[in-house]
Amino acid sequence: MSKTDFMEYREGMEKIDSDIMDRVLSEVSDYDYNVYNKGDVLRVLDKEYLNHQDLKVLLSKAAENFLEPMAKKAKIETMKHFGNSVCLFTPLYIANYCENECVYCGFNCKNKIKRGKLNYDEIEKEMETIAKSGLKEILILTGECRGQSNVKYIGEAVKIAKKYFSTIGIEIYPLNSDEYNFLRERGADFVSVYQETYDMVKYESVHLSGPKRVFPYRFNAQERALIGGMRGVAFGSLLGLSDFRKDAFAAGIHADLIRKKYPHAEISFSLPRLRPYINNEDNNPNDVHEKQLLQVMLAYRLFMPFAGITISTRERAGFRDNVIGMAATKISAGVSVGVGGHEEEMKGDEQFEISDPRSVKEVCSAIMERGLQPVYTDYIYV
Amino acid sequence: MSKDVFKLGGKEFNSRFILGSGKFNIDLIDAVAKEGGAEILTLALRRANSGGEANILDYIPENVTLLPNTSGARNAEEAVRIARLSREIGCGNFVKIEIIHDSKYLMPDNHETVKATEILSKEGFVVLPYVYPDLIIAKQLENSGAAAVMPLAAPIGSNKGLVTREFIKMLVEEIDLPIIVDAGIGKPSQACEAMELGVSAIMANTAVATAGNIKQMAKAFKLAIEAGRLAYLSGPGRVINTAEASSPLTGFLQD
Repeated sequence: MSKTDFMEYREGMEKIDSDIMDRVLSEVSDYDYNVYNKGDVLRVLDKEYLNHQDLKVLLSKAAENFLEPMAKKAKIETMKHFGNSVCLFTPLYIANYCENECVYCGFNCKNKIKRGKLNYDEIEKEMETIAKSGLKEILILTGECRGQSNVKYIGEAVKIAKKYFSTIGIEIYPLNSDEYNFLRERGADFVSVYQETYDMVKYESVHLSGPKRVFPYRFNAQERALIGGMRGVAFGSLLGLSDFRKDAFAAGIHADLIRKKYPHAEISFSLPRLRPYINNEDNNPNDVHEKQLLQVMLAYRLFMPFAGITISTRERAGFRDNVIGMAATKISAGVSVGVGGHEEEMKGDEQFEISDPRSVKEVCSAIMERGLQPVYTDYIYV
Repeated sequence: MSKDVFKLGGKEFNSRFILGSGKFNIDLIDAVAKEGGAEILTLALRRANSGGEANILDYIPENVTLLPNTSGARNAEEAVRIARLSREIGCGNFVKIEIIHDSKYLMPDNHETVKATEILSKEGFVVLPYVYPDLIIAKQLENSGAAAVMPLAAPIGSNKGLVTREFIKMLVEEIDLPIIVDAGIGKPSQACEAMELGVSAIMANTAVATAGNIKQMAKAFKLAIEAGRLAYLSGPGRVINTAEASSPLTGFLQD
């Protein structure tokens, strides 16, 4: 079968007027992280407002030797902007059907796993159980399959969530702006779409089929979400998939250019690393060790001191506990990455293996032990 | 000398220190407020989790006046909705209008703030608008029924001190409402300096919350604010900027 052109929009995909993609790709192609030295790093650490050039320096190989001063400055910035608050949330996968063939993902449509989707009653039961743990923020996830989990179905899930939660985010396939608006009207206000990699050659080679193969439609998802009235958008690349320094840089400036165009948008970052998954136990983040992961996280904090940073259960408890208050501002707890699994048995297999299975209560105590304040709600839907 | 009370929204306060509550542990709020002698506490309504876990409202001491803010509002309409919600859940009539749609510098939208002030003061709220210190806007706020004007000294959380000093001085001279300096005050000495200019009160949050000893810093602010107020009331002494001329320039006058 011949492959489709990954830069070509497909029927029904909305095109918006934006030059952000071209600007990001052009800046990334000029980025050489080997040319910086100690002096460059120290100069950036002395600056108050950082620009794209400074982010290049903080993500360079040279900066890897300055994690301690970066961490010290990051901690001060985090305190200034967020105080000692750490927000809590949990993801809920309502379906894991997927029409994409992405070679690194457990939900890959060619991967033989148990597929399933929650009906509305099951969604309500799951949410009720999650709400009993005290959580007020939920992230609703699906696999990427318009056929099995269409926008109306997701909208209904959002509407149910509105009864139990003050803050509702969605991490689903990219939508058109009117569809984002539909979900916003039902109560969702935050959208996460990860580009996975900004390396065009790599992107094409790992997204073999399905709508996700269309690079520009995915790239412009955050902008369409904001046009649709969403309040906040999250950015990230899947670290370990390609050259992580370039990918981290691309996600950083992508977020910054969106912020400049939409100054009201609440910006946040996630920093997922590749994880093992069912039928691919050896999947791993390659050259992105904890040290490099922390470097990216600190670079983001210093580059955008006001942005939220979420720390995933892909990482172990010891890592997560140490980055909250220093760079990360939001942490998931009581996590299941299979379909359902909070109230009843899972109806579908997990997307990846998690590393931190702690309950809400346990995560909460860990936050308090560090002298930080767990925050269940920090948002009003208006 | 008669007792120096701070009147705001029909209430009288002995303290001129307004304390932010959102950046340190909620179980410390009571002690920090006591140490700072604060009688007004601000609180982001978005943090209220009525009936839920770690609800900040449960940690507000009873004897203080609550000043909920509309943080999270991007325009007048959203601020108005948050203010009404605040009153509904029992947070009282005071409201600090905070309208921000700039995520980087967190600069307030003065224009939308005037609109929200107009609506909410008509609805009986004691409206305290947070603004960039602009004399014309402050006049409009005065005409819109604001109970005070809260100009920023520097960007929120920046601890840079009285960056907008000259503009705040204009407000003190020209606006017949309490001027409360909000945001940017990083040290007690800066709070003192602002009080010496004649502002009515100081609001501080980050400067206290990020201190090594939060309670002690609250007390330091209390003392600095009191010192600045006393200095203002005393009338500052003259500062001679130029040397005295050896022979008087006006010595030639005869009749």
